[in-house]
Amino acid sequence: MKKVYVNEDWCLGCHLCEYYCSFANSGESNMIKAFNKGKKTTPRIVVEEGSAINFAVQCRHCDDPLCVKGCISGALSIQNGIILVDDTKCVGCYTCVLSCPYGCIVTDHEKVIKKCDLCASNSGTPACVQGCPNAAIVFEERS
Amino acid sequence: MIDFLYPDYEIIRNEKRCITCKVCARQCANEVHAYDEELDCMVADEKNCVNCQRCVSLCPTRALKIVKTNNVFKENANWPQVLITEAYRQAATGGVLLSSMGNPQPYPVYWDKILINASQVTNPSIDPLREPMETQTFLGKKPQTVKFDKEGNLLSESYPHLKLEVPFMFSAMSYGSISKNAHESLARAATELGTFYNTGEGGLHEDFYKYGEHTIVQVASGRFGVHKKYLEAGAAIEIKMGQGAKPGIGGHLPGIKVGEDVSKTRMIPQGTDAISPAPHHDIYSIEDLRQLIFSLKEATHYEKPVIVKIAAVHNVAAIASGIARSGADIISIDGYRGGTGAAPTRIRDNVGIPIELALAAVDARLRDEGIRNEVSIVVGGSIRSASDAVKAIALGADAIYLGTAALLALGCHLCRSCHGAKCNWGIATQRPDLVKRLNPEIGYERLVNLIHAWDHEVKEMMGGMGINSIEALRGNRLMLRGIGLSEKELEILGIAHAGE
Amino acid sequence: MLKREGEIRIPSGCAISGFINRSGKRVNGGEIVKSISYMHDRSNGLGGGFAGYGIYPEYKDLYAFHVFYENSQSREETERFLEKHFDIVNLSRIPTRKHKNITHEPLIWRYFLNPLPTKLAASQLDEKEYIVQSVININIKIDGAYVFSSGKNMGVFKAVGFPEDVGEFYRLDEYAGYAWTAHGRYPTNTPGWWGGAHPFALLDYTIVHNGEISSYDANRRFVEMFGYKCTLLTDTEVITYIIDLLNRKHELSLEDVCKVIAAPFWSKIDTLPEKEKAKYIHLRNMFASLLITGPFSIILGFEGGLMALNDRLKLRSMVAAEKGDTVYIASEECAIRAICPEVDRIWYPKGGEPIIVTLNKGGDK
Repeated sequence: MKKVYVNEDWCLGCHLCEYYCSFANSGESNMIKAFNKGKKTTPRIVVEEGSAINFAVQCRHCDDPLCVKGCISGALSIQNGIILVDDTKCVGCYTCVLSCPYGCIVTDHEKVIKKCDLCASNSGTPACVQGCPNAAIVFEERS
Repeated sequence: MIDFLYPDYEIIRNEKRCITCKVCARQCANEVHAYDEELDCMVADEKNCVNCQRCVSLCPTRALKIVKTNNVFKENANWPQVLITEAYRQAATGGVLLSSMGNPQPYPVYWDKILINASQVTNPSIDPLREPMETQTFLGKKPQTVKFDKEGNLLSESYPHLKLEVPFMFSAMSYGSISKNAHESLARAATELGTFYNTGEGGLHEDFYKYGEHTIVQVASGRFGVHKKYLEAGAAIEIKMGQGAKPGIGGHLPGIKVGEDVSKTRMIPQGTDAISPAPHHDIYSIEDLRQLIFSLKEATHYEKPVIVKIAAVHNVAAIASGIARSGADIISIDGYRGGTGAAPTRIRDNVGIPIELALAAVDARLRDEGIRNEVSIVVGGSIRSASDAVKAIALGADAIYLGTAALLALGCHLCRSCHGAKCNWGIATQRPDLVKRLNPEIGYERLVNLIHAWDHEVKEMMGGMGINSIEALRGNRLMLRGIGLSEKELEILGIAHAGE
Repeated sequence: MLKREGEIRIPSGCAISGFINRSGKRVNGGEIVKSISYMHDRSNGLGGGFAGYGIYPEYKDLYAFHVFYENSQSREETERFLEKHFDIVNLSRIPTRKHKNITHEPLIWRYFLNPLPTKLAASQLDEKEYIVQSVININIKIDGAYVFSSGKNMGVFKAVGFPEDVGEFYRLDEYAGYAWTAHGRYPTNTPGWWGGAHPFALLDYTIVHNGEISSYDANRRFVEMFGYKCTLLTDTEVITYIIDLLNRKHELSLEDVCKVIAAPFWSKIDTLPEKEKAKYIHLRNMFASLLITGPFSIILGFEGGLMALNDRLKLRSMVAAEKGDTVYIASEECAIRAICPEVDRIWYPKGGEPIIVTLNKGGDK
């Protein structure tokens, strides 16, 4: 299954992936609207910055995911290998946030959690991959 | 203290479009952009802006543009603003002005005054999509005899040569002047394309020995990075006598660019300036060049062609003739538009001659002397497109060296600030955080794309002329016509005027 | 004012025809005139010509120079030159008959001669090179004189006009030869200069050519490095020099000459066995600038044979046929059928693959 991978050698820490992710999940037709002053947006990918190394982190879509196991409301599920959250079921207990070893589940002012769905609801290549200026984020099959 | 200088550019930010993602601030090594928390918006100080377009290219909402400032000094036809500013700069520092990349001055570009022929009626044009169209090129001294034994086995000797699958090579750019990732991109692209890249005078990084079959190793006046294994690693050896951007002077890689890796590759202490002398101090005359050529051939068992690279200067034809008679297999001529990582501005902008004229003069001279088969001619500085290349080959070039065009493929925006060592595109820099901006995986593919595209265009133009192999285009000046050129210019170029 | 041949490059279309009798039987020149006349529409009356081999058996060991003179001064000057350098055994006007379509004829003379042994020795050249240099000398240096044929036991006859008229004008029905070639020219612009008609000849090499080569200037600038001077700016002239350089000076076989001028594609060379591959790479590398591109079909005449060759894409028509001991080659089949209605075999030679026909051993030259 194709997943998103990040190569820290090429990650520049430019944070563009975060913005493209937020935009893709904003439901807006253009980026400027998505970030209109005052509008809160939440990227599902977060760049961890170090002095020399940067790394964009997002859901690994684990084969045996702790988040799904721990979900108390059945909001998280695996569909075709992708871990998805059902907003109508999430109660905002944040068990998944605590159990994810990679810190890939994010929260914001809304009650339900946010996580990467590999842009399943969008089409084609995930927005973070498309927007990365240095091909540090790739969407590919790995064994 | 007043520095008298006003920034050359202004950054225009469309506040309606800016989403404050800060990518501009994060990506500007010159620290032009910044986020102001109090104002909650991006601000800019253009003082250090070099107009490299990195921020513009990465801005996700196209909120940015960079424009030339319209702040003007009092108009003066004799003293343009640039000269006034340069005087201020020198008055402040007492230094020689430095520039990078090729001569940008408004001298004539002869490529733009030459037109290419096409077939009509009397002979057919050839469609490269339907018929074979050959651009494979050999570089080196041509065999002098052709004899067979009774069984038809070839007896004649042939000389070491380079086989190019496309008539383009990447010209010398040293590791030091450009980054390791830039070098890796060039090396991988040359390998994929079946052509060659050139180490420049910076030695060969140990990671790149594996690309040796597609590498030309350079020996220049500083002899940086030259050792036996290095000479043996390359497919050909280039002696650099001169560079189009700075004929008559040497090179200077500031210590700031000499990090651990560069130091190891160049075989000089870390952090020291790498100074290439103006002349080779063992070559003060043509007979000395012959000795170096044969020393290098001796050291590599006469298995590799030797290239001698010279800058296009006034008596280039006579110099080339001398080189052809000195045992060189290939002469590379670098025009005054050729790029550089750093050169004194006054030299870059005022010394040397156009490659078009130099090439025409050299090719004609070597033919007049009957020695054109002794050497191949490679030209660079600057060939900007496939049509420039077709014109160069028709004037007599065997192959084309591409430097600036290759850098453009890698993202260079010709901001001409390489000497600042803070290339935002990860090309002309050694700062690790900047170097990583050039991912060789992307870089090599873009180089391959560029050369493939140009090769296709060369083939299209050849087909239009009814030529299906590049040998038949080489030196075929009848395929060219000048436009708006004087009798003298036409005479030097060896072409007729359009309409003739 | 229109520029004369040599001052400007003139593209032309053409008709060519030729045949050779392998057993050396001499055939009347009227045959070739008849053959070329069937391709009348491929010429436009601005040039026609013929080459005959084996036509001077009584003088077969002497060089036969055919010369155009614009006036008697140029003849006198040329004859002074010839007398100084050659032993002239015979000289005369070339017999012609008045023809209503052939006008403005120059003085047309023929000399049978041999180099003076002392002059030849002093020149340090071999005999053929001595002849070549002398011809080039006359053509370049003597105003109004033009040597258009210079081989042994062969001759070129050419003029401005349709080829069938030219044949009648030169009384070719009074000659017999074992091989003949003919040319009808369709230049796109010319003031009509007799020297510019074809065949073009150097020593016993003659070329008739139909095509317009796109490699012309690359070829010209290369051969000019080796002492040739292309004064006519025609394809035929440069092709003749190329063949002279490769066949006479470099001693390449005619087959190998073809592998230079219509070189196999690299993609083909790459698939050949090592020995051949090495040979073809060597040839293409050494003589890169002698590759001829663009359309051409040529018939090369030489002492004892004919060779026909098409460009490697076969962009010009050329047909070959065989009947008994005779091999025919022409731009169109009709030119062959005109003189040999029932052939044993007829075929279309592939691009780049030569037909080389030489006299059988013992055949009379």
